[in-house]
Amino acid sequence: MVDALTQSMGAAPQLIWHRETVLPDLDLIVLPGGFSYGDYLRSGAMAARSPVMKEVVRKANDGVAVLGVCNGFQMLTEAGLLPGALMRNRSLKFICRDVFLKVDGANQTFSGNYSSGQVIRIPVAHHDGNYFADNETLNRLEGEGQVGYRYCDAEGNTGDAINPNGSARHIAGIYNDRGNVLGMMPHPEDHVEDLQGCSDGRGLFDGLVEALS
Amino acid sequence: MKAIVHVTLKNGVLDPQGKAIEHALDGLGFDGVGEVRQGKVIELELDTADKDAALSQVSDMCEKLLANTVIEDYSIDLAD
Repeated sequence: MVDALTQSMGAAPQLIWHRETVLPDLDLIVLPGGFSYGDYLRSGAMAARSPVMKEVVRKANDGVAVLGVCNGFQMLTEAGLLPGALMRNRSLKFICRDVFLKVDGANQTFSGNYSSGQVIRIPVAHHDGNYFADNETLNRLEGEGQVGYRYCDAEGNTGDAINPNGSARHIAGIYNDRGNVLGMMPHPEDHVEDLQGCSDGRGLFDGLVEALS
Repeated sequence: MKAIVHVTLKNGVLDPQGKAIEHALDGLGFDGVGEVRQGKVIELELDTADKDAALSQVSDMCEKLLANTVIEDYSIDLAD
C-alpha cells in the first residue's frame, strides 16, 4: 500500500501508529489490509476500537477522504463509518486469487480514472469478505449510487457463480452517503505496476491524487 | 459476579459455519437435526455485586464491542 501510494503521489505517505490520538492535517487516510489482532472476536473489531480510530472517525465526518482495503474495510464497518458487516465467506474458505470488478457508482474522489461500468482485474485475499446488510440498506446503497465496485466476470457479468464470497448484491466496495469514505475487500494496491502482473489498480490511486491535489 | 454473554447471529443472517456443522452432523448419521446456528460465549468476571449495575455495564460492553448489532443479537446471564 505504501509503495502504491508513493508511486501515485510521488512522495511517501506518513505512517501513523494505532495508539496515536492526534492526526496531522491530511488529505487522505488509508486503512490498509492485514489481520489486525488475529481477527479475534470479529474481523476488524478490535482495531476499530484502537485509540487512533476516534480521530479517523472525526476526520471522516469532517469530510477527509478515507480508503479502507480488506481489513481496513472491515474496520470501517465496525467503526460505523460504513453500513453493513463483512461476514465469513460463503465457502468458509480463505480466498486468494484475482477477481474482476465492475466499477459501479461514479465518485469524484475514488473513481476518477475509471469509467462507469469499466471492468478491472484486482486480487482478493480474505476469509471474511461476505458483505451483509439488510435489504433496506442495500436498496439505499444502490439507489444512492453508493455501491463502488461489484464482483463480475471478465465481460462484466454478475451472478452467484461469479461472486467469490457470497456478498449481498455482489458488492465488493461501498461509499458512505457523503462519498468521502470507500471500503473495499479487493486489493487495488497489489495491481499497480506490470511487475505485479497487472496495473488495473493504479487508476484508483492516480485518480485519488488528481482529485485531492 | 460473573457475567455470561451469548452472541448469536440475527435471524435472517446466513450462517455458513452453522450450515457446515449441520451437514457434518448429517454425515455422522445424526438424523432429525434442523437448522444449526453457531454463536459465541464470552465470560466476564466483574468486581460489582450489584446486578443492575452489572447488567447495565455489560449491555454497554455488548453494544460497543462484544457484539456487532448489525448482524448479531446478544443476551446476558449473571451468576454469583
